[in-house]
Amino acid sequence: MDVQTHRGNLITNTATMAYRNLLKTIHNPDRFMDVIIQPVMFMLMFGYLFGGAIAGGVQAYLPTIVPGILIQTMLSAASGSGSQIREDLDSGVFDRFKSLPMAHIAPLAGQLFADILRLLIAAVASLATGYAMGWRPTAGFGWVIVSGLLAIFTGWALSWIFALLGLMAKNATMVQSFSMITMMVLSFMSNAFIPIKTLPKFMQVIANLNPVTYVITAIRQILATGSWTHEAVLVLIFGIGIVIVFAPLTVWAYNHNN
Amino acid sequence: MTKEYAIEVNHLTKRFGKKIAVDDVSFNVKQGEVFGLLGPNGAGKTTTLRMMTTLLKANQGSVQIFGHDTVKEGRLARSMFGLTGQYASVDEDISARENLLIFSRLNGLSRAASKQRATELLQEFSLVESADKALKDFSGGMRRRLDLAVSLITRPALIFLDEPTTGLDPRTRTQMWATIRDLVAQGSTIVLTTQYLDEADQLADRIAVIDHGQLVKIGTPAELKQQVGGTTLNFTVDQTGQVAAAVKLVAAQLKATVKRTGQQLSVTLNQVSQLTPILTALQQAKIAISHLTVQEPSLDDVFMDLTVGKN
Repeated sequence: MDVQTHRGNLITNTATMAYRNLLKTIHNPDRFMDVIIQPVMFMLMFGYLFGGAIAGGVQAYLPTIVPGILIQTMLSAASGSGSQIREDLDSGVFDRFKSLPMAHIAPLAGQLFADILRLLIAAVASLATGYAMGWRPTAGFGWVIVSGLLAIFTGWALSWIFALLGLMAKNATMVQSFSMITMMVLSFMSNAFIPIKTLPKFMQVIANLNPVTYVITAIRQILATGSWTHEAVLVLIFGIGIVIVFAPLTVWAYNHNN
Repeated sequence: MTKEYAIEVNHLTKRFGKKIAVDDVSFNVKQGEVFGLLGPNGAGKTTTLRMMTTLLKANQGSVQIFGHDTVKEGRLARSMFGLTGQYASVDEDISARENLLIFSRLNGLSRAASKQRATELLQEFSLVESADKALKDFSGGMRRRLDLAVSLITRPALIFLDEPTTGLDPRTRTQMWATIRDLVAQGSTIVLTTQYLDEADQLADRIAVIDHGQLVKIGTPAELKQQVGGTTLNFTVDQTGQVAAAVKLVAAQLKATVKRTGQQLSVTLNQVSQLTPILTALQQAKIAISHLTVQEPSLDDVFMDLTVGKN
């Protein structure tokens, strides 16, 4: 063998795979369209349709709905990871990845790291639309960034769960429909769009149990108080917990996916 | 662990549920040869290849690549071969150059070396002009060339080709064959699966015929053909009245049964040298003949003879 090679390690392999996923997105910018269009559309529709009914005006409704749609968008962006992993696994190129002398887990890890960009774009789209509609959080720009980062981290943690789903599912369509349902149920049965106290009793119980409610509350508090609250710490711990539990599970499922 | 063999396959077995896809298959591939896995659709060729290339775990048996076990020393074994899969195993969404760059990096080449190797391979496989185009615009032939180029990044001594010309037009297929012959000339060992008999005949030094997961026969194309039988002589007797006389005459000459279909006769020759006395005898008896053909058995005959197929 006269080509100089060295044994690739996990970090360089993962970086290469993340680069590959970024290239794919650059060549097909439409992959980002869903995470841009969805928050913009929801923000405009919900803001102008329900603002008056729920909060007595669009401006008064924005502090409620912006964090709500931010997290809803994170959820759907994270769910995209699952179907992309499934599509990738079903394509011929994955056979080649597997036949290469590289770190076995790099294709999966690369995908999940490249997805951070997707989450970032989704977060910016949500927050920017809110700003365009007149949303001016009292906490200031710095805290908007902090809340955005917390949202992205939560979304990234969730993408591990969806990745596991993608690995276990039979095909990409199945992953997509399941993700869609999960996203709808979790985001609507929470405090994302309405104050929980207006709900019937049984719905209040569900909404209060829904983890999405806690994440949204934490983000609202950061933006309202301009401080790192107790709830925010809980959300962060919760996110780390998801990664600790689901990352090894996902890796295990990936290794046994034959 | 003989050095002479590039691959040793021992008692390889794979079950999918109750169905046995590959049933106790053993063979060795010598260094520098082109080894063909031939069989009808669903015979177990690709499954065998997938186990040889570490993509699939065998239920039983082992595969050694240059003496390294594909299970115990998977990563080392994987570094010794290149694989071109049945379906384009390149990335559809990125360009040819980017594919080569990324796979070079994943193969452990440095950034600079990857760039250089990508450029070299693009030239070698005449892909320079389309190097930065999206793969969606590539023809089937270009895609296969790129696919093969990616397999050759590390100049592996062993190359697996899974149905390298399935779905290609005749011209592109001939080009692919030329590329494969070039690789052989450079000393590579090649394992290819194919359902095309002419492809196996053209390229392979040795062929393993697989049917229903079992290895039915292994040998050189000539050996396989010999097994089916000798050369066949066919000719037509011009005048209907002379057919019976011709049959008698040929049967007497060869001491063999002559098959008759209307005015057409066919008989098996043990040696081609038996042809001259027959023709002389026919001429002396003033029996005029036409449409004379002497047929070597083709791999088609071997294939039909050895395999049952799914239907």
